[in-house]
Amino acid sequence: MPEIRVTPLGAGQDVGRSCILVSIGGKNVMLDCGMHMGFNDDRRFPDFSYITRNGRLTDFLDCVIISHFHLDHCGALPYFSEMVGYDGPIYMTHPTQAICPILLEDYRKIAVDKKGEANFFTSQMIKDCMKKVVAVHLHQTVQVDDELEIKAYYAGHVLGAAMFQIKVGSESVVYTGDYNMTPDRHLGAAWIDKCRPNLLITESTYATTIRDSKRCRERDFLKKVHEAVERGGKVLIPVFALGRAQELCILLETFWERMNLKAPIYFSTGLTEKANHYYKLFITWTNQKIRKTFVQRNMFEFKHIKAFDRAFADNPGPMVIMPGYCVQGTVGHKILSGQRKLEMEGRQVLEVKMQVEYMSFSAHADAKGIMQLVGQAEPESVLLVHGEAKKMEFLKQKIEQEFRVSCYMPANGETVTLPTSPSIPVGISLGLLKREMAQGLLPDAKKPRLLHGTLIMKDSNFRLVSSEQALKELGLAEHQLRFTCRVHLHDPRKEQETAMRVYSHLKSVLKEHCVQHLPDGSVTVESILIQAAAHSEDPGTKVLLVSWTYQDEELGSHLTSLLKKGLPQAAS
Amino acid sequence: MQCAQIQINYYYVGLWTGHDFHSQFPSFATCSKELKECSGHVFVDSVPEFCLPETELIDLSTVDVILISNYHCMMALPYITEHTGFTGTVYATEPTVQIGRLLMEELVNFIERVPKAQSASLWKNKDIQRLLPSPLKDAVEVSTWRRCYTMQEVNSALSKIQLVGYSQKIELFGAVQVTPLSSGYALGSSNWIIQSHYEKVSYVSGSSLLTTHPQPMDQASLKNSDVLVLTGLTQIPTANPDGMVGEFCSNLALTVRNGGNVLVPCYPSGVIYDLLECLYQYIDSAGLSNIPFYFISPVANSSLEFSQIFAEWLCHNKQTKVYLPEPPFPHAELIQTNKLKHYPSLHGDFSSDFRQPCVVFTGHPSLRFGDVVHFMELWGKSSLNTVIFTEPDFSYLEALAPYQPLAMKCIYCPIDTRLNFIQVSKLLKEVQPLHVVCPEQYTQPPPAQSHRMDLMIDCQPPAMSYRRAEVLALPFKRRYEKIEIMPELADSLVPMEIKPGISLATVSAVLHTKDNKHVLQPPPRPTQPTGGKKRKRASDDIPDCKVLKPLLSGSIPVEQFVQALEKHGFSDIKVEDTAKGHIVLLQEAETLIQIEEDSTHIICDNDEMLRVRLRDLVLKFLQKF
Repeated sequence: MPEIRVTPLGAGQDVGRSCILVSIGGKNVMLDCGMHMGFNDDRRFPDFSYITRNGRLTDFLDCVIISHFHLDHCGALPYFSEMVGYDGPIYMTHPTQAICPILLEDYRKIAVDKKGEANFFTSQMIKDCMKKVVAVHLHQTVQVDDELEIKAYYAGHVLGAAMFQIKVGSESVVYTGDYNMTPDRHLGAAWIDKCRPNLLITESTYATTIRDSKRCRERDFLKKVHEAVERGGKVLIPVFALGRAQELCILLETFWERMNLKAPIYFSTGLTEKANHYYKLFITWTNQKIRKTFVQRNMFEFKHIKAFDRAFADNPGPMVIMPGYCVQGTVGHKILSGQRKLEMEGRQVLEVKMQVEYMSFSAHADAKGIMQLVGQAEPESVLLVHGEAKKMEFLKQKIEQEFRVSCYMPANGETVTLPTSPSIPVGISLGLLKREMAQGLLPDAKKPRLLHGTLIMKDSNFRLVSSEQALKELGLAEHQLRFTCRVHLHDPRKEQETAMRVYSHLKSVLKEHCVQHLPDGSVTVESILIQAAAHSEDPGTKVLLVSWTYQDEELGSHLTSLLKKGLPQAAS
Repeated sequence: MQCAQIQINYYYVGLWTGHDFHSQFPSFATCSKELKECSGHVFVDSVPEFCLPETELIDLSTVDVILISNYHCMMALPYITEHTGFTGTVYATEPTVQIGRLLMEELVNFIERVPKAQSASLWKNKDIQRLLPSPLKDAVEVSTWRRCYTMQEVNSALSKIQLVGYSQKIELFGAVQVTPLSSGYALGSSNWIIQSHYEKVSYVSGSSLLTTHPQPMDQASLKNSDVLVLTGLTQIPTANPDGMVGEFCSNLALTVRNGGNVLVPCYPSGVIYDLLECLYQYIDSAGLSNIPFYFISPVANSSLEFSQIFAEWLCHNKQTKVYLPEPPFPHAELIQTNKLKHYPSLHGDFSSDFRQPCVVFTGHPSLRFGDVVHFMELWGKSSLNTVIFTEPDFSYLEALAPYQPLAMKCIYCPIDTRLNFIQVSKLLKEVQPLHVVCPEQYTQPPPAQSHRMDLMIDCQPPAMSYRRAEVLALPFKRRYEKIEIMPELADSLVPMEIKPGISLATVSAVLHTKDNKHVLQPPPRPTQPTGGKKRKRASDDIPDCKVLKPLLSGSIPVEQFVQALEKHGFSDIKVEDTAKGHIVLLQEAETLIQIEEDSTHIICDNDEMLRVRLRDLVLKFLQKF
């Protein structure tokens, strides 16, 4: 029995180090290769030893697919390909291919230079790893090999984020990566066609939340920023340099313009500035509005927002600063997690007096969005990853109720096996098909019809042809099997008259069949021949010779039993 | 003009649509009256008109799909989508649509800028046209020539296009799949694969094997084609594009150094990107850093901007630049350093910035409308100036005719990167289609160079050619179509090996056809007659179950057959030899069985039990099909 097997090595009932193994139609595909933000030991990377104990990964995996550039989806890639060892193809979209190495390098720097980790992947490894990448276009069908094909769909989560369809023959799996079903200020909404996969593997970060309208959140955010600036205060917005930073920049830029505000806005130098260049060049991946107006005004060229310089820090007056995301161990992270007293270098203790607010602008689908995507793709079953177990449980029930499909939520290392029953494609000879289709034009076309033919199987080439053609192709002669039955009838009349009586009787009884009286005195019913002959001994008896071939077996047998009953007395 | 139409499975797929105004464009000069003479040439003075693809021959409302190959091949689209009853779908890549829009926008803008009261129509009278000098008298289908469309029509036409990406498989009506492939000629330019499960037609139009800015041509996917339709080859098979670019640069430098101006009539997208890139590398070494370059077109800015955002459609080198991230084309730097300036028209800012000597890129390359007309008049009288023709679509002599006599230098450097005949034979050797179909003119040397046997397509079997408005039957016979066998049915099949490696299974199944997809399902089980209850509804759903018996094959060995009869309790068996076989007599049952090589005939009394027993014994020796 063919089956699809799915094992999360990461992101099973968890958020972080997304990595999912899928076996479909004899092919093995690894979806994402992420790191975990929450760990600094072995657990930060997926356990690749699970894939194969003592073989090479390249021999086992047919391809690796990376959904987008966030590190929890691609952070383990150089480790996986260069340190564990994988030389097969790695697929990702162009923007992901462009941005991913920059984030990997950034990650490496923090780990090695700041935290002093040894045995980490090197810059050269990142470069070597990226050489194995094959970039894909949206909706392009990439033929990984003769049987395995993959196709990317727009996911909207960050620039270049994609959902992937993995297909072997008539079996398919869709992996969403992270996605967003509502367009925001710089990206469009995720979209997929009704591709009816056997399995949809979806993220479920916001499995239980239905977020309030985006507008309200934006208004709230702008109000808080505005108030602080009005008071003459300084606003710090720690935000990840790629994606949300651009979203907030556009939001602030348009607000500043509308309100005619003068307070300066700064973003951290380095990444964000560079990131904005990527957004400018990959404008085709942003939302409709930005794409339409980019010639007049590129939304990623900001008037009010400038790169930050350390010298500005002590400038008086209000300002808004967007430093990079506060990773663990930084001052920023301590403040965000609610610490009110900070021990600075030189034992100096600093009291935190600033207000700390927390707002979510993350671009994941909420419960409503996830349901919407399931509805769009119409999968036969659903598998949840990238979320918390408790929340998944709730969503799983909801999906099972609403769509009546089974829903799974395996933990890391746990395998889900789905039996599939793929149909078998064969070639049907056009002659045979047309003969059948022509019958479909008859009045009772709606009624399903039986098709008869012979399936010729030669190597892996399967062809369905008419039986006649099959015989001919194989150089075989048909063997005709014919029956002739003698039916004795009591009838003193002449043979011709007997035949006439047989004809009128059958004509009246067999309304559905073509009954004919031929000039030579014989009667035919379809292709069955009936002849009347005199009995050699008894002149009061006539012998009916009913003759048919094996192909008319049913009707022939029926006719003889009918004639055996005798003919009705005709008024002569 | 490239336009072909292919019918597969009763669906029409149109492959359009350039509008062909190169050779047939009615020249006109700025004179009154309908016809005007100018240095020995006769011109028509009229609003420019355009020759469309053949629309008389087919009913466009029956065309299901139009596939656009590149932005030059879609200029007639508004005529088709807006005025013919066409209701199908148009497919094109995103760069094709965006740049195609720019080309149309420029055209509309040029034409609308100089409104003329009316189109000339008197000269189109066949009796008058016959008397006119060439090229007017040779113009074809002049009665179908049309005035330019409006921007509104352009927008409406473009809104009907479905965007597709390279290697995207698009299902049409469940019966046909179309796929665009990179053709290497322009941003987003495509060749198309049109295939069913057993037939493959490739439409190759406007392809290039040279390395310029677009993604390289995808040749591998063209393999295994039954038919390859080949069109859009280079217009100038004898000119080497690299050499032409070199000549372009040196002539430009020479003129400017002598204090003259250079005019380059061009389209606002395409080759101009490559020319600007060459100049970028050339100007410093040639000492031209102080010479201003002007690009004047209503869509100049858009064209330069758009070229920078199609990273995914560019060649590898340019893609790598985007990953840095840097703009893929160096004209961004030319603009930043003020070496290249662009203006929507020569009015406004341009007139105040204008410095001479300079280089001006502007349209339209036919020299019949657009800002180029102004520069021709401004610079034509001085021999210091040079006009350099780079676009291959128009005969430069015809283009210049109304401006004669001219003092300015004219250089002809046509840059056409499309396939030449050497590249075609290389391509065909690589791809090996079963048949090649192409326009007639590719199967013979050009009329002006009839001795050049190398300037034609040379392939085996010889290419099939077509002419305008000719219907050509493609040389393949469809024999098979795909059908799916449901797993339950597949499980019930009993294959038997007939010859080594070949197995057969007889199939009796219910055929379901929906959206041109065929599925075979297991036949329904015969409904059990449930105790007198008549369920009429259920019986309606049973298919015509007159179960057709399979065909039989094989032969019956008489001795073994007689043994089998004896084993089954028949006695008194007599065997007689006949000319063709044997007769087995069962005397007691008055039954006779004729056995020959390819037939068996059972003649018996009306004893059904007996007959069925004999039948089944015979069948044991035969194979069913």
